[in-house]
Amino acid sequence: MTTETIVAAYVFILAVFVGFEVISKVPSTLHTPLMSGANAIHGIVIVGSMLVATAIPGPIGTALGFIAVVLGTANVVGGFVVTDRMLAMFKQRPTRKPQ
Amino acid sequence: MTVETLIPVAYLIAAITFILGLKGLSSPTTAVQGNRIAAGGMLIAVIATFFAKEVQGGIPVILAGIAVGGVAGFAGARMVKMTAMPQMVALFNGAGGGAAALVSILEFARQREAGVLEFGPTLATLLALIIGAVSFSGSAIAFGKLQGIVTPKAFRYAGQQLVTGGIAAATVLLSLVLLASAFFGAADVPGMLLIAVITLLALAFGVALVMPIGGADMPVVISLLNAYTGLAVAMAGFTLNNQLLIVAGTLVGASGTILTRLMSKAMNRSLGNVLFGAFGAAPAGGVTTAAGGDDGRSIRSISAEDAAILLGYAQNVIVVPGYGLAVAQAQHNVRELADLLESRGINVRYAIHPVAGRMPGHMNVLLAEANVPYDKLFDMEQINPEFPRADVALVIGANDVTNPAARSNPGSPIYGMPILDVDKAQNVIVIKRSMKPGFAGIDNDLYLDPKTAMLFGDAKEAVGRVVQELKKAA
Repeated sequence: MTTETIVAAYVFILAVFVGFEVISKVPSTLHTPLMSGANAIHGIVIVGSMLVATAIPGPIGTALGFIAVVLGTANVVGGFVVTDRMLAMFKQRPTRKPQ
Repeated sequence: MTVETLIPVAYLIAAITFILGLKGLSSPTTAVQGNRIAAGGMLIAVIATFFAKEVQGGIPVILAGIAVGGVAGFAGARMVKMTAMPQMVALFNGAGGGAAALVSILEFARQREAGVLEFGPTLATLLALIIGAVSFSGSAIAFGKLQGIVTPKAFRYAGQQLVTGGIAAATVLLSLVLLASAFFGAADVPGMLLIAVITLLALAFGVALVMPIGGADMPVVISLLNAYTGLAVAMAGFTLNNQLLIVAGTLVGASGTILTRLMSKAMNRSLGNVLFGAFGAAPAGGVTTAAGGDDGRSIRSISAEDAAILLGYAQNVIVVPGYGLAVAQAQHNVRELADLLESRGINVRYAIHPVAGRMPGHMNVLLAEANVPYDKLFDMEQINPEFPRADVALVIGANDVTNPAARSNPGSPIYGMPILDVDKAQNVIVIKRSMKPGFAGIDNDLYLDPKTAMLFGDAKEAVGRVVQELKKAA
């Protein structure tokens, strides 16, 4: 085990606790936006896609890298836009038209 | 100090925004802001990554990929109807899983070329690849089921568990071979071939995992796949030694796990039971006998006019929405009905079962789209004590979550599942297309209850008829 791996393991373990702590009490009203927002956040894989996009020279490597970036971007953009759209609909007070 | 040394700082900022964003998302008042904060952090991370030296040779490819993926993601997210939201979430989730799998394949190939394969990173690579691929194909099947391309019913065949188990075993076995070769530095193992086979096996496993799961179990599956992708991204973070990916992926993994647990709890079933249990295979005949048959009680049908009268003279009405409401896209009509009733001074509330619909919180989103204020929506625990005081419980397209057999009949497959106590209301109106049993394939005792009246029809059309009658009466 290299030091880097150990540091990464620390980060992982701490993130597990932070994750459970931060999201421990979700009101059911927000289950969908939370899931879809979390969905957008795992779109961070786009950074990974960018870093390895051209790691392997040649058409196959480049094609795979390109697809990885496409999928990652679709995940990020789609995830955030859908969540924003959903959240815009949640209103506390009825916007009732006067009778 | 060069720009490149600032990249980790940008990543740190992004990680903080993700934590804040998720925290914001767990309260209705801060959710919009939370989501935007996280999006801002994501933008910072992506811009910073453009300055990384690994990226320099590939900027055209990356920009092209971002353009294609961005347009696809944006268009899909803007154009999708709210009723199709579960499949859209599944699709974006699968995209993330697929990206994580591809990243791990490319990074494995790079490390292999460079001859720096080590046990730890290889293990992470394999996990990212397998979990990501399972999430990708599993989400694709979930999308197909929700969209109606793939049969939404539980798909089962003889020896299914054997096949699924075999695929899993083969995946693990080949992964061990690859790990051992990395550990002992054996160079003569055909690494890329093994990776390709493992990828195919993992994809097949994802399909085998989701195919036998019926439509009503989708909330559990979607949360689970969400957790999987998060985990895959975290593992990809290990492979790339990128802390941001680890943090973000793990946060999502945690949130997905929490949701999965909540959903399974709401069905009173373990996760293993949802994934591998023979829920749909419960002998329907035996169940009917255990419920005592229909012992002479019969189903009472009601006209829209009578339903309107019953509702019009009530004081307290509780609406119980289910998947049928989503299928019929009846949310706006329901809102119209509620408005009419409220204008007569009737108190209208909504009872939301945690697993109503096809994803966690599905009903909440639909009703929010129809401008129903969220403080009118009540959790099962909050609303159950209110049912005895309700004059009318109006069940729209919900079935198993209202079945009293879950409370009273130990022989029922859904026995022990927490349900909405609809049967305790003074009157019950059930809007339903036909007498077809629900997903679990069991009869609902509620329909035989003397105080229950059935209003047959598509949810949208039936609610529309009641609205017309109410308007006439006004």
